[in-house]
Amino acid sequence: MQLYLPIAEVSVNAFLLLGLGGIVGFLSGMFGVGGGFLITPLLFFIGVPPAVAVATGANQVVASSVSGVLAQLRRKAVDFRMGTVLLIGGFAGSGVGIWVFQWMTRLGQVDLFVQLSYVLFLGLIGAMMLQESLRAWFRAQKGGPVRRSHVHTWVHGLPLKMKFRASGLYISVLPPLAVGGLVGFLAAIMGVGGGFVMVPAMIYLLGMPTKVVVGTSLFQIIFVTAFTTFMHAVTSQTVDILLALLLIIGGVIGAQVGTTVGVRLKAEQLRILLALLVLAVSVKIALDLLIRPGELYSVMPGVLP
Amino acid sequence: MRGLAVLSLIAALLAAPATGSEGIVAGMSQNRVSITASFDGSEILIYGAVKRDAPAPEGPMEVIITVEGPATPVTIRKKDRRAGIWVNTESVEVDAAPSFYAVATTGPLRSILTETEDLRHRISLPRVIRAVGAATEAGDPSDFIEAMQRIRLNEGRYRVLQGGVEFTEQTLFRSDIVLPSNLTEGEYRVRIFLTREGRVVDAQDRVIGVRKEGLERFLFNLSREQPWAYGILSLVLAALAGWAASAGFRLIRP
Repeated sequence: MQLYLPIAEVSVNAFLLLGLGGIVGFLSGMFGVGGGFLITPLLFFIGVPPAVAVATGANQVVASSVSGVLAQLRRKAVDFRMGTVLLIGGFAGSGVGIWVFQWMTRLGQVDLFVQLSYVLFLGLIGAMMLQESLRAWFRAQKGGPVRRSHVHTWVHGLPLKMKFRASGLYISVLPPLAVGGLVGFLAAIMGVGGGFVMVPAMIYLLGMPTKVVVGTSLFQIIFVTAFTTFMHAVTSQTVDILLALLLIIGGVIGAQVGTTVGVRLKAEQLRILLALLVLAVSVKIALDLLIRPGELYSVMPGVLP
Repeated sequence: MRGLAVLSLIAALLAAPATGSEGIVAGMSQNRVSITASFDGSEILIYGAVKRDAPAPEGPMEVIITVEGPATPVTIRKKDRRAGIWVNTESVEVDAAPSFYAVATTGPLRSILTETEDLRHRISLPRVIRAVGAATEAGDPSDFIEAMQRIRLNEGRYRVLQGGVEFTEQTLFRSDIVLPSNLTEGEYRVRIFLTREGRVVDAQDRVIGVRKEGLERFLFNLSREQPWAYGILSLVLAALAGWAASAGFRLIRP
């Protein structure tokens, strides 16, 4: 069934969109990542203009994140307090990030720097996660002694301590604020990848249990993407509500299924799969950069700002 | 006064050169296209006849039909290898390039139209695009324009339909032009040319209005006129759908 999209101005297959939304929602519900990294290139591939793909993708992520958070909430696996603290840090970080990005753009050659650092960064995170989670998995297989989940370091000596009950943590608010700020900063500079960086950071830097991380990450993604969607709708008017509707229907169902699957998995298994996903994305971007493209030229409607 | 006008018209007709005695009588299957939610491309039939006051001169007559969509600004970018990786480097901005262009002919364009006539009427693809201004960061924009032509031909936005016009008995002509599903709103200009020995004998202009209708119109207008309401609507829709899915799954799997 073909459907003409009013803002994107293309006619696309409605069932294809439902399927795309479903896949992205599934990953989102399972790992707590937004899925913008996947939906934007896929939409671009089926002929949706890039600006519309970015804005509408954000709208879909709002829906699948709401769906995922509600599913996690049933299992009491959302730490609202932690999510809020991360969010506050995140907004501050992205404000600084946007400013730094503009500054770098003025210096020129920013594309090259951003893409290279993005690949390196994702690759590094993926490799470290894979190594850690595989080791944890083998240890669990052998039934050896479980490592202590909390190791007291200088971090625990910081002031402004707060209880994060859902995560089982009693730490200072400063590290979560810093982590939120760092992730917001990186996401603003690199465009996508908030969830990718946030999930590992919550597991490894804050020591949150893997089960709580998914719901909490999705909780803060709701607000970030809602803000993005709204800004795009008001400033560039590139949100296609009809396109979003189809992606959303697929996405919210996918998110529910993804959550169900994610909950069945062991924490290490979930981390292994997420590590593989992060590595796959970084390899894909690296290949795009390294392999000579079939068509050197690209045509974009509109004039670049 | 009126008689004078008719007289001068007759005088003008008589004074016209011999080739001018051949004219176009043309029609179209439709002069407006409505884009609704189920829109999936459209086919326009352009037909007509050659009207003659005198027996046709020697030599074959040819017909060229062009359909041109509204022009939009376009940026053409080129990737280049920098420090071992492929990134967009140079770009060329074209003020206005047609979003759609189809040219249907009875024969090869090169042999039925002279360069001079092509330049004057802007019929062939390179003429249509070259005629627009290009602001450039690169040294030579011609490579970029050629690349755009190639890419849009592949996408079906630009079409060259050699032999796409049926011409019967040197009098009746017809052509079916398929408008793609990714149409841009606006006025589509249809031009019909009669040529003899490469020179344009007569030309006619028609317009097809392409407009969004119904839901498409409503959503498009809303997004432009009330972006705040539109943004809030998108978010409410997303939140509602997320909640509905969660509630639905709770029913299935308590």
